[in-house]
Amino acid sequence: MRDAKLVAPQSGGVGAYPGGVRGAEHGRMDLLRFATAGSVDDGKSTLIGRLLYDTKSLFTDQLEAVEAVSLARGDEYTNLALLTDGLRAEREQGITIDVAYRYFATPRRKFIIADTPGHIQYTRNMVTGASTADLALILVDARKGIVEQSRRHAFLCSLLRVPHLVLCVNKMDLVDWSQEVYERIADEFTAFAAKLDAPDLSVIPISALSGDNVASRSDRMPWYEGPSLLHHLEHVHIASDRNLVDVRFPVQYVIRPQSNVVRDYRGYAGQVASGVLKPGDEVMALPSGFTSRIAAIDTADGPVDEAFPPMSVTVRLEDELDISRGDMICRPNNTPTPTQDVEAMVCWMDESQPLRVGGKYAVKHTTRSVRTVVRALHYRLDVNSLHRDETATQLALNEIGRVRLRTTQPLFADEYRRNRTTGGFILIDEGTNRTVAAGMIVETA
Amino acid sequence: MTAAYRVSQLAALEAESIFVMREVVAELERPVLLFSGGKDSIVMLRLAERAFAPARIPFPVMHVDTGHNFPEVLDFRDARVSELGLQLLVASVPEAIESGLVREPADGTRNRIQTPVLLHAIEKYRFDALFGGARRDEEKARAKERVFSFRDEFGQWDPKNQRPELWSIYNGRHHPGESIRVFPLSNWTELDVWHYIAREGLALPAIYYAHDREVIERDGMFYAVNEFFATRSAEVPMARRVRYRTVGDASQTAAVLSDADTVQKVIEEVAATRITERGATRGDDKVSEAAMEDRKKEGYF
Ligand SMILES: Nc1nc2c(ncn2[C@@H]2O[C@H](COP(=O)(O)OP(=O)(O)O)[C@@H](O)[C@H]2O)c(=O)[nH]1
Repeated sequence: MRDAKLVAPQSGGVGAYPGGVRGAEHGRMDLLRFATAGSVDDGKSTLIGRLLYDTKSLFTDQLEAVEAVSLARGDEYTNLALLTDGLRAEREQGITIDVAYRYFATPRRKFIIADTPGHIQYTRNMVTGASTADLALILVDARKGIVEQSRRHAFLCSLLRVPHLVLCVNKMDLVDWSQEVYERIADEFTAFAAKLDAPDLSVIPISALSGDNVASRSDRMPWYEGPSLLHHLEHVHIASDRNLVDVRFPVQYVIRPQSNVVRDYRGYAGQVASGVLKPGDEVMALPSGFTSRIAAIDTADGPVDEAFPPMSVTVRLEDELDISRGDMICRPNNTPTPTQDVEAMVCWMDESQPLRVGGKYAVKHTTRSVRTVVRALHYRLDVNSLHRDETATQLALNEIGRVRLRTTQPLFADEYRRNRTTGGFILIDEGTNRTVAAGMIVETA
Repeated sequence: MTAAYRVSQLAALEAESIFVMREVVAELERPVLLFSGGKDSIVMLRLAERAFAPARIPFPVMHVDTGHNFPEVLDFRDARVSELGLQLLVASVPEAIESGLVREPADGTRNRIQTPVLLHAIEKYRFDALFGGARRDEEKARAKERVFSFRDEFGQWDPKNQRPELWSIYNGRHHPGESIRVFPLSNWTELDVWHYIAREGLALPAIYYAHDREVIERDGMFYAVNEFFATRSAEVPMARRVRYRTVGDASQTAAVLSDADTVQKVIEEVAATRITERGATRGDDKVSEAAMEDRKKEGYF
C-alpha cells in the first residue's frame, strides 16, 4: 500500500515521539467485516465469546465483570453472552436490542463483527449489519436444524448482497457429533440458498461451547474435511468482491484552499466507490456530461498514480468544470444511469408510520440528496416464504417490498447487485429527520 | 486481483474516517472537534489535516477543561493548535463552577459536571456537529453507538431510538438546537491508534511513555500524586515507572506500570495487555455497570 511512503512533516518542539520506525504499519493485515445472525439461544453470543477468547481479544477485566454478573444472577456458568449485552434495557430484559460492533484480530486480518440480534422484530438491525458486511455468519442449533429465522437471515443476506455466507451448525456436541445430522442440515440449507443465488456458501459443524472447529479443527468430527471457522474467516478471498471495473467517484466535497501558498487549487474530494482511477484517464462528470482528463490524484502524502476502493482521495481535472458535491465522476463509456424513476427493494425501518404510496421522503444516495415520492408499491415480500403479496398497500416496520420512486432530481444509479455503493440509498422522513428505509436499486431503465 | 489493489486495514480505517469528516463538513453548518491533547484526539486532528489538505482544517477545536490537567498535556494542546493555525475554544469547568452553572461535587470529581459545561458551550457557539475521539472497542455502550450519533436539544442520547446506519450513508439531518456527535474513530482499536501514531510519526504528550513518577496505589490502580488528587492517610506515595494509557481528568485517571518508552514498545505492550484501556485507567467507569451509558444519556461524549 502506497500510503506508507511519505508522511506530513512533523514539526513543533512539543511532545514526544520516541524511537520507532516511522512508517511501520500493521504489516499488510487486511480488514474483514462480518455480521452474525441466529435465533435466540442458537449460541451466537457463546460463539462470539469463543472467537474473542481464542484469539486472546478478551480482557481480564471484561471477563471478571461478566463473571461477577453471572454469579450475582445465579447463572451456573460464566455467561459469555453477557459480554455482548451493552445496554441496561438489554440486560434487564435479557435480550439484545441493537447492533453491537466488536473487534478482534489475528496476525492475518482485523475483524469487525456486526453482532445483530435475531428476534423477528429486528430485521432492521440485520439489514443494517449486513449492509457493510463482507461475510455473514448464520447459526443454527444442530438439534433444531433450519428454522424459519434461518431462512429469513439467509434471505436478508442475499438481499443485501453479502458476498460470503457461512452456516455454522452449532451444538454438534448435543447430537453426538453426527455426520448424518450435519449433512441433512447442510443439504437443506444449500438447496434453499441456491434459490437465493447466495454468492458463496460454506457450512461448518461446530460446538461454540467447547470450541470445536471454532479456532482450530476438531478431532471429534473426523468426517468433516473443511477448515475451522477462524481459518475460513482468515482466508476467505474478499479482494475480488470489490468492483474494480466501473469507475464511480461520487464527489463529496470541493477543496479550494483560501491561501497564498496553494493558489488556484481545486480538487474534488471523495472516496472511490468502484473502479480504478489513474491520472490521464478521460472522465465524465454527471449531471453535466462534460468530459475532461484526470490531472492528478492527491492524498495528504502527495499524488498517487492510482486510486481504487476504498481509498479517500482528491481528484484534480485538467479542465475547469462546474462540479460540486453530489456530482459523479465516471468514464464516458461507462456511466451510471441518470434517472428520476427508480425501481427498488426497500426495507422499512420506522415504527411510527408505514411506507405508503404517495408518501414523500428525502433520499440520500451516495453523496447526493434529493426528494422523492413513492409512485407504486408493486408487492410486499414475505421474507419467510418469499411469497409476493401484490395486494399490499403499505409497508410496516421490518417489512420489505418493491417500489417505484420518482425523484425531484436524477440519481446516478447502478443496480445494487452490481454496485453496493452506487446501488444503495436511504429514505429520510422530512418531518422527523429519521432514517426510515434502506433501499436497493433493482433496475435502472 | 493483483496485489497492487490491496488496502491495509489501517489504510481502510483511515479512508473511512476521512470520508466521515468530509461528510460532516459538507453537510453540517458548524462543526467543532473536541481536542484534549489526548492520543485519540491527536489522531483525529491528524485525520482532519489529511482530509482537507492542502487546505486548512475547516473548523475550530474545543477543549472541555476540567481544570484538573497534566501540565504536559495542556502545553501540548496549545502547541499543536498554534502549529496548525486553529482556533481553540476552552469550555472551562472551573469558570462554570465560579459562575454557578454547575456545582463542585463533594467528592471533587468533575467528570459528571463536564456535561452541562459542554452543553452550554454547544449552545453558546451554536455547534451542530461535534467530533469526538471515542472508539467502540472502549466500552459496552459505545459499542452500540452510531458513527453519526443524534442528540436532541438537551444533548441527550437515546440508545433505544438510534437512527439505523447503513452502508456509508450518514444521516446528519437535525432541527435547530439539535446536534450530531460524530465519531470518526468508531472502528479503531487502541492498537490501531498506536500503529497510526507510529505510521504518522505523531508526537504525543510525554506522559504516554514510561517515566518515573510518585504514585499511590488504590484499588489496584496507580494514581499520580498531584494537587488534584487527595491521598488518604494510609496511602504511601512511592516512585514507580509508569505511563498513561488514557489521559482524562488528572484526579481520575490512573497510570499503568510500564517500561515502554518508545512507540514500538508501547505497541508491543498494548498488543500483549490483558486489561482494557478504560478498565486499567478510569476510576470513573468502575462506579457501575452502566456508568457510561447513563452519562451518555445526559449528554456526555
Ligand atoms: N451444548 C452446547 N451448548 C451450547 C453451545 N453453544 C451455545 N450453547 C448454549 O446455548 C445457550 C444459548 O447460547 P447463547 O450464546 O446465549 O445464545 P444466543 O441467544 O444465540 O446468543 C447457552 O446455554 C449456551 O451455553 C454448544 O456448542 N453446545
